[in-house]
Amino acid sequence: MFRPRIIPCLLMKENGLVKTTQFDNPRYIGDPINAVRIFNEKEADELLFLDITLSKPAARFTKKKEKKIQYDLLKKISRECFMPFSYGGGITTIEEMELLFSIGIEKVAINTSAIEHPELIADASRQFGSQSIIVAIDVKIGKKGNYEVFIQGGTRPVKADLATYIRTIEDAGAGEILITSIDRDGMMQGYDISLIRMVSDAVKIPVIACGGAGSINDMAEAYHKGHASALAAGSFFVYHGRKQAVLITYPTKSEIKTLYQEKYEDRC
Amino acid sequence: MSSSSPSSHTCGKIPEKIDAYNMITIIDYKTGNSGSILNVYRRIGCNAIITSRPEDIRNAEKLILPGVGSFDRAMKNLHDMNLIPVLEESVLDGKTPLLGICIGMQIMASQSEEGSCQGLGWIDADIKKFQIPETEHLKIPHMGWNSLHIKQKDSIIAGVTDSDMFYFVHSFHYSEPKDADILATTGYGYEFPSLIKKENIYGIQCHPERSHASGILFLRNFAEMEQ
Repeated sequence: MFRPRIIPCLLMKENGLVKTTQFDNPRYIGDPINAVRIFNEKEADELLFLDITLSKPAARFTKKKEKKIQYDLLKKISRECFMPFSYGGGITTIEEMELLFSIGIEKVAINTSAIEHPELIADASRQFGSQSIIVAIDVKIGKKGNYEVFIQGGTRPVKADLATYIRTIEDAGAGEILITSIDRDGMMQGYDISLIRMVSDAVKIPVIACGGAGSINDMAEAYHKGHASALAAGSFFVYHGRKQAVLITYPTKSEIKTLYQEKYEDRC
Repeated sequence: MSSSSPSSHTCGKIPEKIDAYNMITIIDYKTGNSGSILNVYRRIGCNAIITSRPEDIRNAEKLILPGVGSFDRAMKNLHDMNLIPVLEESVLDGKTPLLGICIGMQIMASQSEEGSCQGLGWIDADIKKFQIPETEHLKIPHMGWNSLHIKQKDSIIAGVTDSDMFYFVHSFHYSEPKDADILATTGYGYEFPSLIKKENIYGIQCHPERSHASGILFLRNFAEMEQ
């Protein structure tokens, strides 16, 4: 029987993993290979790694600090990984995607480049199949209560209307949408359900909800009320207890069962 | 860790290494993911190679036709690399066991709604797009973990139960192969054939190489199977 996916979304910074709060204040969490081994042991559904140093404008435009996709590290991670493995951060060309797929990445997540060059999504899905292309969208609530789309790791707002944009990228051939609420990132107080529902109901492709999960109940809510196909989180998998001690965890199979079989009746 | 699920001995535990494996030859035809399959075999101590050399394919004990991507791209690459004659010689005439995975399974059919290229035509079936009624609220691609409903016993699924989960990602699936060729089906809106077998030819729709212990067990079974 089919069930929603629960996806640890981990942020890479140099050779380590970090966790942010509202896209800021990265805190060191641990070594990526070690994290992958733990998630293997716990049989996580899927892993998503995002390199946050490559999304910021400094990495994209300053020649002096030119940064590159860490292929060697990603290859090592992929070798350790016995579950689907997706990567995002600094991807701007078909050639980079080709190289990422060749080292064992299943899906690539494109954010800034999808806004700047929507034709890249169309090209990529034609070449590699839409199932391997995730479009990642970061959203913040604006002063008028509307949803504003941000690029470059949450540093730059764009004029795009969210509802129009998601349909554009679905038509272009995106296989999946990763929708992240910047306001909720690292807060562990629940997803932005109305945002997730709006995106999920607008498209036929799967939607991964991200930003705000603090408990399995939050995930159940994003699935049943937000209609998400997959539930991603960061803090939920790496922090333990009120003092937020770093401890990598993953819900057990029986906990996951409660998520999708529970009481909620309003799935549609 | 997984003591709460007695139904499956595969849960959370990677099958042990053994020596009785055949050499696995993974065909490289530039459609990605062959490295993930090699990693699984390395992990369980099985000798495996990735190759596109006709002589390697001709001498192979067991073949895997992997694949991610589109039907036409997969067929075009096989054509361009001139691999179809040697594959037919090994698989159809030499009866070398072959496992097709995902698009590698689909191209063994006659044709697909996804593209205009002819398939290999080894399995008498077509590939169709998911047609799921709107009322079901299911997204396409079918992406995520799902189970196999076993229709016929076979050594390739020895120890696999209906509760073992595998990772799927696809928008197209087998349509109406012969009942005798279906080993297992999977439900997504409706039941579709997810594991097929015709003599020495196997095909699986999901990705055992990314399906934790259940997938590793499946790939190990393929390596251990008697020819």
